[in-house]
Amino acid sequence: MAKLMDEMDMRRALLRLSHEIVEKNRDTKNLALIGIHRRGISLARRISKLIEEIAGGKVPTGSLDITLYRDDLTRIAYQPVVRNTDVPFPVDDKRIILVDDVLYTGRTIRAAIDALLDFGRPQKIELAVLVDRGHRELPIRADYVGKNIPTSSEEMVEVRVKELDGRDEVLLLKRK
Amino acid sequence: MDFKRKDLLGLEDLSPEEILLILDTAKSFREVLERPIKKVPTLRGKTIVNLFFEASTRTRMSFELAEKRLSADVLNFSASTSSLVKGETLLDTAKNILALRVDCFVLRHPTPGAPHLLAGKLPVSIINAGDGAHEHPTQALLDLYTIREKKGHIEGVKIAIVGDIAHSRVARSNIWGLNKLGAEVRVCGPPTLIPPRIENMGVKVFYSIERALRGVDIIMMLRIQRERQNKGLLPSLSEYREFFSLTEERISLAKKDALIMHPGPVNRGIEIPAKVADSERSIILNQVTNGIAVRMAILYLLLGRR
Repeated sequence: MAKLMDEMDMRRALLRLSHEIVEKNRDTKNLALIGIHRRGISLARRISKLIEEIAGGKVPTGSLDITLYRDDLTRIAYQPVVRNTDVPFPVDDKRIILVDDVLYTGRTIRAAIDALLDFGRPQKIELAVLVDRGHRELPIRADYVGKNIPTSSEEMVEVRVKELDGRDEVLLLKRK
Repeated sequence: MDFKRKDLLGLEDLSPEEILLILDTAKSFREVLERPIKKVPTLRGKTIVNLFFEASTRTRMSFELAEKRLSADVLNFSASTSSLVKGETLLDTAKNILALRVDCFVLRHPTPGAPHLLAGKLPVSIINAGDGAHEHPTQALLDLYTIREKKGHIEGVKIAIVGDIAHSRVARSNIWGLNKLGAEVRVCGPPTLIPPRIENMGVKVFYSIERALRGVDIIMMLRIQRERQNKGLLPSLSEYREFFSLTEERISLAKKDALIMHPGPVNRGIEIPAKVADSERSIILNQVTNGIAVRMAILYLLLGRR
């Protein structure tokens, strides 16, 4: 087990990422963040706060559960818990930034895009992740990346956030 | 926890944890019903057969909608138009449909235990949509969901179920579910419509609606089944109305914020005056909407895995 990021690293990465979002989206009025369950939601809330500090103006934040859009429901033996989706604003013509903790195969993001399009027609969808660990299985890339971490498929990247885990850190674990 | 069952046959054999898992899962599906596109791809490629041997409008429509909202393919079968009239048995009918490669049966049947028979013989999921006077689990689960939505909890809630308890599968399933989640259940009706030894299910029996309603949070009215009128169980409908109709005066005996439920179809002017059915306290239409979400949750828990 190796620690890839500590609390300070995460804070810096999210701050830089938030600056990049503001730089690319000068007018934050039309912007909205949607975090993907579960840790993406905590990260989206933090990014929203940081953007507010940098650019002023609140950026609405929602949450998305992608379970019902998974492409492997008929293949997995366990049953994923369906959690609440809460998109408290109209997505039509908004610039939406999806937020997740780790970008890996890209299948979660595919599901999230499909889910999001059932809520309306955003002007644009972008993707922000804390960690990009490679090994894509679909043609998907992130627009904003906290840290690129080359990994092998035997490894797991675990992001912990204060809101859910009591501490901020990113760990590299061996798959059992 | 995981929901490991193949079938949903009744609330009698569900644990409190399983019931709560269904209710929690339904909450997520409730949100889907408020979206502009009320459909998710979860059960793509699954085929579900609605096998109805008894008249039903709302349960069948609710199931069909739940199945379609989950992107499953739906086959509807009703007894009057089927080979059943040519003498085929239930099991043969089901086996023949199964040979069409389907994944789930939703069964309504006048014989108690019919879904249990199919569940034991067939390798696919069976959902009981009402078997005789035995159980109607999805109705009870949507009732539990609605009570929890409105009152915030089920534990400690006082509820009176009023009407034809003897012939009501809705009452039976609700009694199981409410008791498992810690509610206090009263049943009330004329003695001819209260089954003997119902106390053994953990309920208090009342023959006076005035006494039954005192201090309750929820009043659940059951339909007086007019079909049963000629069995001599009631002197007359007007006498039943006189003694058991949910008048505003009687409602005033319940808690100030008491709510009124009814599984439908409502006999306006008999068990419930029209004005009461349409009043602020009535959550009858909430029950109908929540029914779709609860059935989606059950379908997902039974079919949404390998």
